[in-house]
Amino acid sequence: MLYILCPHCGSRSQNEFAYGGDATVKRPELNKEISDQDWDNFVYLRKSPRGKHLELWHHISGCRQWIKVERDTSTHEIFKTYKADEITE
Amino acid sequence: MSQDFRLDNIGMVNRNKKISFTFNDKKYFGYEGDTIASALIANGVHLVGRSFKYHRPRGFFGVGVDEPYAILQLERNNERDPNIRATEQEIFEGLEVKSVNCWPSVNFDIGAINNFLKMFFPAGFYYKTFMWPPSFWYKIYEPFIRMAAGFGEASIKHDKERYEHKYEYCDLLITGSGPSGLASAYAAAKNGARVILAEDKPRYGGSLLTSDVNIGNQTGVEWSEKIITELKSMSNVIVKNRSQVFGYYDHNMLVMSERIGDHLPKTQKYLPKQRLWYIRAKEVLISSGSIERPLVFGNNDTPGVMLSSAAKEYMKVYGVLVGKKPLIFTNNDSGYETAIEFKKNGVNPLILDTRKEPSSDIINEAKNLGIEIKFSYVVVAAKGYKKVKSADIAKISDNKKDLSNIENIECDCICVSGFWTPSIHLASQSGNKSEFNEKIDAFIPKKSKQKENTIGSANGKFTLEETINEAFDKGYEVSNKITENNNKVSIPTVVEKKSTDHDKFWCVPLPKGKSYKRFLDFQNDVAVTDIELALREGFRSIEHVKRYTTLGMATDQGKTSNLNGLQLVSDIENKVVPQVGHTTFRPPYTPVSIGAIVGREVGKHSKPTRKSPMHEWHEKNNAVFVDAGVWLRPRYYKQGNETLFEASKREAKNVRKNVGVCDVTTLGKIDVKGPDAAEFLNRVYTNAWLKLPVGKARYGVMLREDGIVMDDGTTTRISENHYHMTTTTAQAANVLSHLEYYLQLVWPELNVNVVSTTEQWAGAAIAGPNSRALLMKLFPNTDVSNEALTFMGYKEADLFGIPGKIYRISFSGELAYEVNVESDYGNFMWEKIIEVGKEFQIQPYGTEALSTLRIEMGHVAGSELDGRTIPHDASLEGLVSKKKDFIGKRSLSRSAFIKPDREKIVGVVPLDKTTSIPEGSYIVKDPKAKLPNPKLGHVSASCWSVEYDNPFSLAIIKDGKNMIGQKLFAMSPLKNKTIPVEIVSSHYVDPEGKRVRT
Ligand SMILES: [Zn+2]
Repeated sequence: MLYILCPHCGSRSQNEFAYGGDATVKRPELNKEISDQDWDNFVYLRKSPRGKHLELWHHISGCRQWIKVERDTSTHEIFKTYKADEITE
Repeated sequence: MSQDFRLDNIGMVNRNKKISFTFNDKKYFGYEGDTIASALIANGVHLVGRSFKYHRPRGFFGVGVDEPYAILQLERNNERDPNIRATEQEIFEGLEVKSVNCWPSVNFDIGAINNFLKMFFPAGFYYKTFMWPPSFWYKIYEPFIRMAAGFGEASIKHDKERYEHKYEYCDLLITGSGPSGLASAYAAAKNGARVILAEDKPRYGGSLLTSDVNIGNQTGVEWSEKIITELKSMSNVIVKNRSQVFGYYDHNMLVMSERIGDHLPKTQKYLPKQRLWYIRAKEVLISSGSIERPLVFGNNDTPGVMLSSAAKEYMKVYGVLVGKKPLIFTNNDSGYETAIEFKKNGVNPLILDTRKEPSSDIINEAKNLGIEIKFSYVVVAAKGYKKVKSADIAKISDNKKDLSNIENIECDCICVSGFWTPSIHLASQSGNKSEFNEKIDAFIPKKSKQKENTIGSANGKFTLEETINEAFDKGYEVSNKITENNNKVSIPTVVEKKSTDHDKFWCVPLPKGKSYKRFLDFQNDVAVTDIELALREGFRSIEHVKRYTTLGMATDQGKTSNLNGLQLVSDIENKVVPQVGHTTFRPPYTPVSIGAIVGREVGKHSKPTRKSPMHEWHEKNNAVFVDAGVWLRPRYYKQGNETLFEASKREAKNVRKNVGVCDVTTLGKIDVKGPDAAEFLNRVYTNAWLKLPVGKARYGVMLREDGIVMDDGTTTRISENHYHMTTTTAQAANVLSHLEYYLQLVWPELNVNVVSTTEQWAGAAIAGPNSRALLMKLFPNTDVSNEALTFMGYKEADLFGIPGKIYRISFSGELAYEVNVESDYGNFMWEKIIEVGKEFQIQPYGTEALSTLRIEMGHVAGSELDGRTIPHDASLEGLVSKKKDFIGKRSLSRSAFIKPDREKIVGVVPLDKTTSIPEGSYIVKDPKAKLPNPKLGHVSASCWSVEYDNPFSLAIIKDGKNMIGQKLFAMSPLKNKTIPVEIVSSHYVDPEGKRVRT
């Protein structure tokens, strides 16, 4: 079970969190024309990298904040965690 | 039977407490502190089971977790517990154990015929034999395999024992209380670290219990007792025996099973039988020791052949002789220690040493004691079927290929020692890639992967001096890193006998003309010939060889078999062991009770139960409850002998005719506050929200980004910047996460806060033509007339001194209101409604009537909004704004969602007006069409329409809007029913929606 450093609460076990997928995906702006292809990419297509991955976790049984976690998908090493509005490196 | 093999003046069992137990229904005696194995051996019993494949007789091979043979079934308080290792289970008064894997009895086993048919049981036997024909599986193969195989029978009764889970955090977890575990725990604890020391056996000390050594002028046993006593007295140390750390998981999370009540006749009051510890450790020291390796020779699985270290432990710890005419077969000095112990206890052993001319302190000691030793000698084969009676021994040539001087000698046990294999399982589980150490012919951990270090013999350190020095240093070093303290304790001096190098020889060649079975894996009956066959058939990867032959796949995880298997593969392939590599170790290290894994989460505790504040009233009024997610909701209120069908019909009818009240507390409620709340709702919902006035509610639908309906509900503008959102019971948690996601990550510029208020409010839906009259009496000080409180209106009002909130919203399709009060007043509100409602013929109604009412009105719910429907499919397209953008809008113009024959909700009525349509039925054009019959859609919800007194269903079918009026068929293969039906509008009752507005 992972041990995730919530930037708001401190280190907490994985069972307090819900996984939220790729944190680098940016929702297209509202009211902007967008092609079917680009929209499909946003809704459905995700990279599944082996190695470093910036991803979202939701501290549902804690502070209820969405946080960003930089994790290695093959070793589970967590390099850094960020608040939702923090600029990632 | 008397304990013929019990020694008088040695051992640690309590001679003052005699304990009786039964094995295969026969009564035996042992002493407190005995295991089943030690007690049976004391009684001269060596035959305890039958092997897995060939049903060969099985005895005892080890003395602890490594035991591959003696798997028994325990009977305790009329409960069965399979897969018990006799070498670990302590005896208690009244214990009943039985052999497994033998039928009809351990002495006469029909399956043993497999032994004589062994040409039919080669490697890959199961793959080769039971493949064809497939039809044989169910009736012939499976029952045969099930009867012949298995390690016992699980109880089919509910396990009444209690199991607990515990979460613990520590600086340092140490797995094993042998010399390295004790020394490192002591050094770290003295340096201020919070330490957990786990020992899987009842006694602490590991190898110190059986070795003839001196630490700081004390015997090994004295020293370990002193250290343990001091550790136990320290507040920063937790010491646990009978506790196996069996799994090393991510981020230094280890799991340990503590057996609290297994060794007692009855679990103690207030204590669980077992406790599973989830331990998050800053650092881990793996001091799990090593396991002796077998030597491989003919019939080496005969009862009486066992590890030499086990024989020594049976003597020193239990005071039990494994035989009175022992043969020691060794390739290293360890066998001599066992021989010396035999000699000290008055038994004359014979040592066969594969080495030519070894010399060391310990060998000299054996010689001086007058022990007979034959160098360059091997055991060719054990003789005897149910117990070793003699052995064929031979001289072996210097190149270890040729046997000569074969002779038969009498013996009653053969104690083997093929050197030591470090227990690297935990290190390997943590991700540590091990490396092969040529000096000890075994793998040891390499570079730490997680925060773990392996010490002692688990790290290939086989002298006590090395072990103690390393452990004290590591204990200090690791604790210093965590606590930054510098309290270093002095390392005691160690006195031990020096030993010399072991012989790399491990597998005795077959004499000419003999075909003895030489076993590698004792639990799964994998012999040398099986590995040879697998390699001949082309299997190369060790992982494939393992699965094909089942080497190392049994419950003992190949603790005694892995390395010899690897050696054999390397020898045949002309490789060295590191090239072959070893298979992956996976948790659990030893079998774990399912009960311990489940813990307290059984029965009613398997999920939380949420109850509304009115729950007790419902109970008192004969409510029959139904699980709605984690909530318990009244399904119907039973009167007399009513069935569900009758009661729900009565309740629904009364809503249509008079007035009913339904507990709607379970609906999700979310407060949405802030200056940008309206803008936020406008983006979340498909319809327009910017112009909703204060004091008004609106029905809204929200989508996921893929255009699928996520949830629906009403949201009310309480004040300028405050909205009260309701969600469905099931989606409440998901909707909150969804809103938080958009506020925190997508539109952080919006000044809005959301918080769940589900538990703050108790809710009652009052529905029916009499509902306004009732409301006027409940709130005499508030104008609730049709003009003052219009449809979708909201008012705060005084309910007999309690602040209440009235929402004029309707799920039933009748004139209806929802009244909310703070949760603590819920019961007061409910009782007032019932009391005041009497004159209007009020009746409470449950979820079944609620469903009936919404279905015949064509109101969609979870069965329609099932994660596959877009607003159009549920006839909610009128709520989709064309002007503004919102979550998921772009998806709605995808081609599949705008095709002309897109599915849509319709009503379905059986032509005979009497046959109910099973939910889940397919709607088809021609019931006799060739299978698979093309289906138009499915029936999502069914009810008995109380308005028309006939069955009515909702269905979502292809091109629904053009199907109205068509005569089709509802088919339920599950219920074997085909029902002619007519497709009608989904709004079966009051299609114009007049009632809610009057
Ligand atoms: Zn947090």
